[in-house]
Amino acid sequence: MEYFVQQLINGLTLGSIYGLIAIGYTMVYGIIGMINFAHGDVFMIGAFIALAMFLILTTVLGFTFLPVVLLIVLIVSMLFTSAWGWTVERLAYRPLRGSFRLAPLITAIGMSIVLQNFVQITQGARVKPLPPQIQGGITLMEGSTENGTILVQLSYMQIIIILTTVVLMAGFTLLISRTPLGRAQRACEQDRKMASLLGINVDRTISLTFVMGAALAAVAGLMFVLLYGVIDFYIGFLAGVKAFTAAVLGGIGSLPGAMLGGLLIGLIEVFWSGYFSVEYKDVAAFSILAIVLIFLPSGLLGQPEVEKV
Amino acid sequence: MSTRTDTLLSVRGVETYYGKIVALRGVDLDVHRGEIVTMIGANGAGKSTLMMTICGQPQARNGQIIYDGQDITLMPTHEIVSRGIAQSPEGRRIFPRMTVLENLQMGAALVDPSLFDEDLAKVFKLFPRLKERINQRGGTLSGGEQQMLAIARALMSRPKLLLLDEPSLGLAPLIVKQIFDAIRALNEEEGLTVFLVEQNAFHALKLAHRGYVMVNGNITMSGTGAELLKREEVRAAYLEGGRH
Ligand SMILES: Nc1ncnc2c1ncn2[C@@H]1O[C@H](COP(=O)(O)OP(=O)(O)O)[C@@H](O)[C@H]1O
Ligand SMILES: [Mg+2]
Repeated sequence: MEYFVQQLINGLTLGSIYGLIAIGYTMVYGIIGMINFAHGDVFMIGAFIALAMFLILTTVLGFTFLPVVLLIVLIVSMLFTSAWGWTVERLAYRPLRGSFRLAPLITAIGMSIVLQNFVQITQGARVKPLPPQIQGGITLMEGSTENGTILVQLSYMQIIIILTTVVLMAGFTLLISRTPLGRAQRACEQDRKMASLLGINVDRTISLTFVMGAALAAVAGLMFVLLYGVIDFYIGFLAGVKAFTAAVLGGIGSLPGAMLGGLLIGLIEVFWSGYFSVEYKDVAAFSILAIVLIFLPSGLLGQPEVEKV
Repeated sequence: MSTRTDTLLSVRGVETYYGKIVALRGVDLDVHRGEIVTMIGANGAGKSTLMMTICGQPQARNGQIIYDGQDITLMPTHEIVSRGIAQSPEGRRIFPRMTVLENLQMGAALVDPSLFDEDLAKVFKLFPRLKERINQRGGTLSGGEQQMLAIARALMSRPKLLLLDEPSLGLAPLIVKQIFDAIRALNEEEGLTVFLVEQNAFHALKLAHRGYVMVNGNITMSGTGAELLKREEVRAAYLEGGRH
């Protein structure tokens, strides 16, 4: 029982990170019908910038007050990934809008390779460590087994991750459902031509969608680096595939779907590692992707294609 | 022909292509301030293409479109409409997964938000049906309701020029009458300039001050609504059985 609760907490934490990345996939897919395969690497770059900023702020500049450090790190890495997301859309996708469907997919993979290799060359292929920044936690339960006591721990780090995700999700849902920008995004999703006839600058709206997804990926990147303490240039690929799976599982194009999918993938991965085998934990995500695509292509919360009237 | 000061929209020699296929072959027409002008023509004549070319999607390959003294031919769509042109397009293009209210909010996207409630009350007065359906999704409305919503959405932008593409298509005669009455009221009471495209020639020509006939991407006839209604060619081609 204690073991189960602990895994549940761990799964929700990991799932929060996947969920935040998945939003970027789902929003971009919603608005231009394209899988942005470079999105996982935006998360990776976010993590690297966060790590670099941490080291600069704490060891070079001597900042010690953690909340301020965290805030600066977050802002800088969001700015960077936003700029990157904007640039990629501008350079690699916008010129291809209106050409055949696979074209931007190919440039997306290209952008992903560029970014991975850039980081690999400049940062090296080995993992980069970050000393633990936030330690400690709360003990929720205590149980005993024949091997001794077993503790259910909720670390402060996990609390921060889950809370931040909840706040961001709530804010984001409000943004999309209540603000003029969110309405414009949904309008572009449903009928881009009509949106432009109503005075919406469609290109700008699409750019902003990329920027938002990238900014959330930066948050996820920061959380990842804090949680695991090590990163390398390849984390974007694995996390990207899992977040993409989450988006598909939740129903691609659906915002709550992305979050739900993220949590489910996080839970499945953690329970799989906990009860079956750690070695095959990545296989779980890939298998789910295949199964969902075959049996439930519109996902848990996705809408089947609505016919345009 | 010189641009008169009261000319709101002037289309000069406009040619539009879809790839290599020509859809407009040099169209000339004028819409003056305060007028209702209609263009009638058979299916495939190029009416919708003209409406969309005015809004810059697709852009004219040759010719000029002058609106309110400005050349808008090659402007991006969102800049054209921000100058006061609103379109209720072919097929209505209601956002299906947005509510009636949200569709209307989209129509007001460029308008000062403090005017929203006032404008909303106005369009609800014009189309009371929409008020009853305010929280219903656009995709679940009936055809007539969708058409009302499309017009109301266009009006929410406070246009100087309203473009209506076949508002009567597929609607019951009673609803058509409601919609045409609304257009007449907007024109007479608010001086709104309307450019109306129709296959339903009888009603359109009765409503309009002036009309044009389009055949195969060309304007072949023009005149006042009453004149065109009397023309034998018009009666034969567009009014067979149209007088219900
Ligand atoms: N998106 C398009 N691509 C290619 N051809 C088109 C397109 N839209 C319209 N056309 C063609 O242009 C011509 C004019 O069409 P349209 O403007 O829709 O006529 P109308 O509105 O008078 O029925 C038709 O021959 C039609 O097939
Ligand atoms: Mg048409």
